[in-house]
This record gives sequence, C-alpha cells and structure tokens, in this order.
Amino acid sequence: MAAEVRLPTVLRAHAGGASVVTLSGATIGEVLGKLVAEYPGMEGQVVQADGSLHKFVNIYVNDDDVRYLQGVDTPVPDGAEISILPAVAGG
Amino acid sequence: MLRLTKEIYFDMVGHCLSGLPDEACGLLVGSYGGDEATHVFLTKNAAASAMVYEIDPTEMLLVDRQAQALGSDIMGVFHSHTHTDAYPSPTDVAQALDPGWHYVLVSLRDTHPVVRSYLITDGVVTEEPVDVPGLGEPEAGEPEAGEPEGSL
Repeated sequence: MAAEVRLPTVLRAHAGGASVVTLSGATIGEVLGKLVAEYPGMEGQVVQADGSLHKFVNIYVNDDDVRYLQGVDTPVPDGAEISILPAVAGG
Repeated sequence: MLRLTKEIYFDMVGHCLSGLPDEACGLLVGSYGGDEATHVFLTKNAAASAMVYEIDPTEMLLVDRQAQALGSDIMGVFHSHTHTDAYPSPTDVAQALDPGWHYVLVSLRDTHPVVRSYLITDGVVTEEPVDVPGLGEPEAGEPEAGEPEGSL
C-alpha cells in the first residue's frame, strides 16, 4: 500500500532534503525497510538491528502511535500518512 | 544565534513558571537550521517530573502538522531546569538528536529566569546568543521605569 512518509528534520539530509517520501509496504516494518534501503544513511536511526523501533522515534500511522497498535507489524492502509517523529526528552 | 520575539520569550518563560514545581517544555517553529523562531507551542511535560521532561508524542505530531501548515518546521525545543543552571544536563545532551535544532534552557533557580540556547552536535554543546529585540524596553504607553504612576 502506498503511503506518504513524513521525515523528521534530522533525517532529511539522508533523503536529499525531502520532507516527505512516498513508499509502499503492507506493514510499518516493510515501509521502514524500504525507507532504509532507499536512503541507507538512515540505517539504525529508525529501526534497530533486531527490527524493533528505535527508542528515540515515535511513528504514527495517520493519528495513531504504532506502539499502541502492532508496532512494526501495524498494517498500512492505502494512502496513509506515516509520520516519523523524534522522541523529545531530557532532564 | 537564536532570535525570539518578546511574545515568544514571555510565553516560554511564563509556561515554565506555570509548570512549577515540575519541568516544563515546548517547541519552537520556524525555518529549520535558521536563526528565527516564528511560533512557540507550549506542550505538556508527559513525564510530569521536576527532574526530567518528555514532549507528549501526540502533541509532537499535532505541532509538526501545524508547523507544516505554516510552511515551517520544528526547529528547536525549550525546557526548564527548576533548580539548576540553564545548561544542558548529560541526559539532555544524550537525547539531543538534531544538530539543526536550537536547544533552549530556562533556569528557574534564581529570582529571575535565565534563558540560554545551545546547539548540540554529536554530544558537543555550543552556546549561542539569544536575541530578543525590544526585551527590557518599555512598551509604548507604559510609564518609564523609575517614574511612579501615582504619588501618595
């Protein structure tokens, strides 16, 4: 399913400065796999080596945080907007 | 350099004071990598703590969408330190991921809030000046400092 993936500012340099890229995949994991395959500079910054989401990002499919759905196995509806957002925190 | 309007500055500092005793936080919107914040978004501290802060992820999504609608981007974050300097803590540095962002600290330790800003790249912290045009100047129509409004 084709989805528009909105990139956080910190990752855009790896995608030639694009803020949104269009990718397809049945699940979040597939879409993110294609993202990293297309833009290898993002390797390790969104998905960890074991396939789980990096703790410093939050990923939304439309209005829903995928951590509260099925994580990387969350299905991607056609035309979905996927937002990759930095987890902003500190002390 | 980070340039803030007086309105943004006072919104930010006021939000930090309102958040006491917990740390408060929010996001700056403007041109990514640029010097000027055009909007501030005051967010909840999802950690609800005097020691740490976390921007609520759903608020982050909503602010990102509003920034997009403004043709801008999130270009920085501010948070308060309630009892320490306006300097990034080791936790702040470890979690500062975006070298293009301005990381603003508001210290509430002393009588007057202290606002400082930093760029953080691969763990290296560099302070930058904060410019707030007109800060400290009286508003039009306000009495000059030192001139009492009335006398007994």
